[in-house]
Amino acid sequence: MKRRKLEELFFRILMLLATTIVGGSFFLIVGTVFIKGIHYMNLDMITKTPGGGFYIGKEGGVLNAIIGSFYVAGGATILGLLISIPVAIYINMYMDGKRFLSNTVRMAFDVLFGIPSIVYGAFGFLIMVYFGLRASLLGGIIAVTLLIIPILVRTLDEVIRTVPLELRDAALSLGSTRWEMSKVILRQIRPGIFTAILLSFGRAIGDVASVLFTAGFSDNIPTSLREPAATLPLAIFFQLGSPVEEVQGRGYASALILTVIVLIITMLSDFLIKRFSKHKI
Amino acid sequence: MRLLKDKLLSKLMLVFTLASVSLLVIIGAGLYYKSIPIIHRLSWIELVTTSVWKPLKGLFGFYPFIMGTLWVTAIAIVIALPLCLLTALYIVEYAPARVKRILIPFVNLLSGIPPVIFGVWGVLFIIPLIQLHIAPHFVEFSTGYSVLAGGIVLAVMIFPLIVSIISEVLRTIPQELKDASLSLGATKWETIKKVILRKALPGIIAATVLAISRAFGETIAVLMVCGNNADVPHSVFDPGYPLPALIANNYGEMLSIPLYDSALMFAALLLFIIILLFNIISRVILARLERKLAA
Amino acid sequence: MTKTPHISVQHLNVHIGNQHILKDISINIPDKKVTSIIGPSGCGKTTLLKSFNRLLDNTADVKIDGKVLVDGEDIYAPDAEVTHIRKKMGLLSQRPFPLPMSIYDNVAYGPRIHGIRKKSELDELVEQQLKATGLWNEVKDRLSSSATRLSIGQQQRLCLARGLAVGPEIILGDESTSALDPVSTAIIEDLFISLKEKYSIVLVTHILRQARRVSDHIIFVYMGKIIEFGPTEEVLLNPREELTREYAKGFIS
Repeated sequence: MKRRKLEELFFRILMLLATTIVGGSFFLIVGTVFIKGIHYMNLDMITKTPGGGFYIGKEGGVLNAIIGSFYVAGGATILGLLISIPVAIYINMYMDGKRFLSNTVRMAFDVLFGIPSIVYGAFGFLIMVYFGLRASLLGGIIAVTLLIIPILVRTLDEVIRTVPLELRDAALSLGSTRWEMSKVILRQIRPGIFTAILLSFGRAIGDVASVLFTAGFSDNIPTSLREPAATLPLAIFFQLGSPVEEVQGRGYASALILTVIVLIITMLSDFLIKRFSKHKI
Repeated sequence: MRLLKDKLLSKLMLVFTLASVSLLVIIGAGLYYKSIPIIHRLSWIELVTTSVWKPLKGLFGFYPFIMGTLWVTAIAIVIALPLCLLTALYIVEYAPARVKRILIPFVNLLSGIPPVIFGVWGVLFIIPLIQLHIAPHFVEFSTGYSVLAGGIVLAVMIFPLIVSIISEVLRTIPQELKDASLSLGATKWETIKKVILRKALPGIIAATVLAISRAFGETIAVLMVCGNNADVPHSVFDPGYPLPALIANNYGEMLSIPLYDSALMFAALLLFIIILLFNIISRVILARLERKLAA
Repeated sequence: MTKTPHISVQHLNVHIGNQHILKDISINIPDKKVTSIIGPSGCGKTTLLKSFNRLLDNTADVKIDGKVLVDGEDIYAPDAEVTHIRKKMGLLSQRPFPLPMSIYDNVAYGPRIHGIRKKSELDELVEQQLKATGLWNEVKDRLSSSATRLSIGQQQRLCLARGLAVGPEIILGDESTSALDPVSTAIIEDLFISLKEKYSIVLVTHILRQARRVSDHIIFVYMGKIIEFGPTEEVLLNPREELTREYAKGFIS
């Protein structure tokens, strides 16, 4: 009996240890980036674009990358929404007669969800080459859109499914078409749509591998879709690769900026989720 | 008129849906198409088993990169699986409600952190850790840039995935089953060991397979810490060069050296196929579990 | 000869969350007899049963006051050993829950946990209990196959054998035939009748006919209180309390 109790105690301690490690890693990571990055952080970083010689230690900031990232992520999110909303509606409203079909489609998107961003980046690159595009804002948007479509479809699908069946059937039995019903549902799940937007935006803004080949890089803020665009993650990557300590330090500061942006987005979407469920029937 | 609009729109949406789903096929086909040149040059087997990587000479042996990927992934799973299993068990079976309310959000926040930040953390924290504190006990010299570093960083990245899937699986185990074991005089831990884990095994396997597929494809974080040296690693402290890092690092030269672009597309194709398989396997297992429960 | 009660409940009060589920319950469960607990749904029958083997401990937000003496010892005393107490009781739940292992391992599960390792001993125990529940002939050739392949009636008998294998003194049944077909139900009811020679049995049931057929004593619980307790025939056919009369009305007529 003693042995059995000892064994339980042993594993309970192990479990607590494991949980502390897993739960605490968030703090470890954000903390490390924060501490190292804050040292090199100044207002210039977020308000200026790189001056000449930025990468060897001279003046400037990463405004080009910040704006570039927002452009790419924003563009991709809009494009992604245009495609994903119809798809999510179709799966739920038009396909629910055939259970097998809709499940297969859902699984296809689950699988697409698991494909790493580098494959989307490589594929996006292929498309660009095929159409004769150069590394540009447009290229980056295309690749990132492909990346986030599965995320959007999945999230939107889950949100639509929370709308009770009776609500859907009720309107249909009143004689509205499926499209009119869909519009009603969309209005109903508006907070859910916001959450989906935020989620994918956060993913889009932080990803490297998809923009690596496709968006190029530039010290300037892009003024047209055909110009290359800098992105924050790439900027961080390049700065860290420099032998100059000052530049490395600015890389940490850029990492801090990116982390803060993503944390704000995440907390916003969590807040929206909570708010959304409070108003549910 | 309304009906016409409805019909039109539904056809449009169908097109979108089919297009998106066929993305899977299109991506695979596109990558394959681009890999054909190099497959013609060297057979699949040669590409995958030889180690010499000299693009200028037209030699493309992918073996070191495949091994690099395997090493990093294996280390990540070895670290992450036990930790996450224990954590999930704690959360579902032992943790009081207050603790759960604080703990779970922070585990999930981890999944929102961009990969490049993990890479930065790896450079700042893990590399010195290995170089100064861990490696000296085992080897003469290490820069810290190693498959171990890649594995550790990857492990932390996949924590939320494994914890959430295993937690969900654990939550589906009926209380009455646990009661049955407890009524026989078993302790809570014995019940976990002999009943719960057995019942949850398929789900745990599915979670592992999914985590492996996620780890395989992670590019930037691993790239920043694992040394990018095209030799086959022989110990955890050796540098490695996983497939995604290969693609990412060399895309610049891709178009200037003959066959290089085809080689890199082949690497992407390899990744795509492996990850696809793992994904499907794990989803099928999870789907079957769901169906068994509903029955 | 005085019959010492096997279980003696003294002033048991159970709160779950804000609800007062069991209100000042005091009752003595007779030794080596079948006692059935009857009453309308939701008024505490199962809670009372689960308080006997302390399975109630695992319910969220539960508060238990009072004493439950088994063989003279309070099972809710602060130094009481829960697994030891549970070993004294076998629980048969409403639906059979075979453990995810073979038939043999299901029955051997309890003994193994409590220290019996030798194969010969385990073999003997498994055979003995499977025979006691009438399963032996049906499963003796497939002891290593999964327990989930059995029919529901067989599974429930397996759970009974499993519970008996740890050598309890008391058997608790929580509406244990409600998921079974009439044939399996009859088999289990017969088992209860024959087992009372060796074990004290407490059954929760809402089937009055079953209670009459199987039990020696009946406890009628209503809204968390014990309304009446006595020999079966008395309580069912000639109850003292008005409430009991109301409840048993359908049965009598």
